[in-house]
Amino acid sequence: MIEKIDLSLVDWSRAQFALTAFYHWFFIPITIGLTYMVAIMNTIYVKTGSEEWKRITKFWMTLFGINFAIGVATGIIMEFEFGTNWSYYSWFVGDIFGAPLAIEGIMAFFLESTFIAVMFFGWGRVSKQFHLLSSWLVAFGASLSALWILVANGWMQDPVGMTFNLDTARNEMTDFWAVLFSPIAINKFLHTIASGFVIASLFVVAVCAWYLLKKRDLVFAKKSMIVGAIFGLISSLFLAFTGDGSAYWVAQKQPVKLAAMEGLYNGKTDAGLVAIGVLNPKKKIGNNENEFLFKVEIPKMLSLLAYRSSKAFVPGINDFVNGNEEYNVEPTLSRIDKGKKALNALITYKKAVKESNTSLAEESEKVFRENYRYMGYGYFKNPKDVIPNVPFIFYSFHVMVMLGFYFIGLFLLILFLLFKDKIQKYKWLLRIGIFSFPLGYLASQTGWIVAEVGRQPWVIQDLMPTMVATSRLQTTSVMITFWLFVALFTSLLIAEIKIMLTQIKLGPESKKGGSNV
Amino acid sequence: MKNNHNIFKNILMFYVNGFKRMTVGKTLWAIIIIKLFIIFAILKFFFFPDFLKTNFTNKEERQNHVIEQLTNPNK
Repeated sequence: MIEKIDLSLVDWSRAQFALTAFYHWFFIPITIGLTYMVAIMNTIYVKTGSEEWKRITKFWMTLFGINFAIGVATGIIMEFEFGTNWSYYSWFVGDIFGAPLAIEGIMAFFLESTFIAVMFFGWGRVSKQFHLLSSWLVAFGASLSALWILVANGWMQDPVGMTFNLDTARNEMTDFWAVLFSPIAINKFLHTIASGFVIASLFVVAVCAWYLLKKRDLVFAKKSMIVGAIFGLISSLFLAFTGDGSAYWVAQKQPVKLAAMEGLYNGKTDAGLVAIGVLNPKKKIGNNENEFLFKVEIPKMLSLLAYRSSKAFVPGINDFVNGNEEYNVEPTLSRIDKGKKALNALITYKKAVKESNTSLAEESEKVFRENYRYMGYGYFKNPKDVIPNVPFIFYSFHVMVMLGFYFIGLFLLILFLLFKDKIQKYKWLLRIGIFSFPLGYLASQTGWIVAEVGRQPWVIQDLMPTMVATSRLQTTSVMITFWLFVALFTSLLIAEIKIMLTQIKLGPESKKGGSNV
Repeated sequence: MKNNHNIFKNILMFYVNGFKRMTVGKTLWAIIIIKLFIIFAILKFFFFPDFLKTNFTNKEERQNHVIEQLTNPNK
């Protein structure tokens, strides 16, 4: 059904959205994470009254301000893209996407905008307690903004709490709380903000490591590094915990994605978790090649993590394609059949309404509702087309996980040496501290690839394939805006790096006076 | 009434003085204004019209078009 859609248009539209999200995410983690660290530093200042902590707070607040100012409104471009490039998708999701995004807009404006002004302008002009409260409210506001975006994204991974209106072709929200408290959305929110906390901690550690290597502002650097490393360690552990929760819910709601994450073609009980592995490039769906050229596996761990039982059956990609009667896995051809029934019932319903044939309209609506949750499958012919890119997902997932554990080790080692007051002697570790900052971005971007590319071909799981969601625009116009975004975002990133580096080189001494950002 | 007037004046002065004392912030505000101009006045206006609102005049036409695309995306 979709073989005639211009794939280059779909690919360019996807590339454009991915680029926007990719660049937007450069700014967000530091905003989300640094606000909490600034609030913690400000709390220490208010508790101790120490001028050193005031200086520390002001310095990091300045870096937060630079990042916030340059990153602000970069996300709004994605909303433009929804209306232009993804108009069928936007129409189809209706108020389910609109409501959380509207709440996000209002919250971001009132909480962040109001209290950011108090946080920056309020030094010595409002009480210390009110200033501190504003710092914390900015931090909570930034996280709450992320919550609503990720609730909307969570719904795309697991559409719940809605009914499809056949007359308007829109999904209508029937249960706000089911959308808000969807376990996929909650885990996604917690995992994503935790990743932001880790990146911001790596940023603080990297800047402090640079000062220590340069042998300047030593007290400032060590104190800041303690906050960064403790916050980073707690966040990394929380990240691992929420990662487990996310993977568990992926197993329940998007098992094909889990199979791709683990390179699992043939399902099995007592399934092991691949710690490290190299996929066999000759392995294709349905052939008898080995899945891996090399792997190190933790026995039974995948069954345990995915289904909380070491003996549980974990379905593989071949099970989804061909079905597995023993373990009640429905073959994709059966889903395709149901999807086609839903689409045909929608056509019949519209025709019946036009001809005022009430009984036919009711009958076709009934068939539609029985098969709606498979509707997206109706666009496909070949079961293999509903399987995501396995190597891309597998390697992205394993890079993310390995880096996650590396960060725990890094923060632990740094903290140990800080408390022993020996950190300055370990120059190699300080250099690693600096170079680990971009690794934080690598981990979070690969995590995002797992989440978003891993659910392909769906833009809304099982309901709408990405290809159907794309507006029928000229491919060249999408290409033009793609390159415009490359120019705009790269300029912003260069401006951010340049201003940041200038402020870092100036150092905390510049924050002794009364100036704010 | 006079108290209310003072509150508003204080809030206004809080912002005015805050902006006056900015150092890096002035550059940042310049970046924000240029960026918002590019995003809203150029990108939104010239490159990102609402596809359904631009091509269809009312809600009924839009929903019929979407249903047509959903049920027969080749057209």
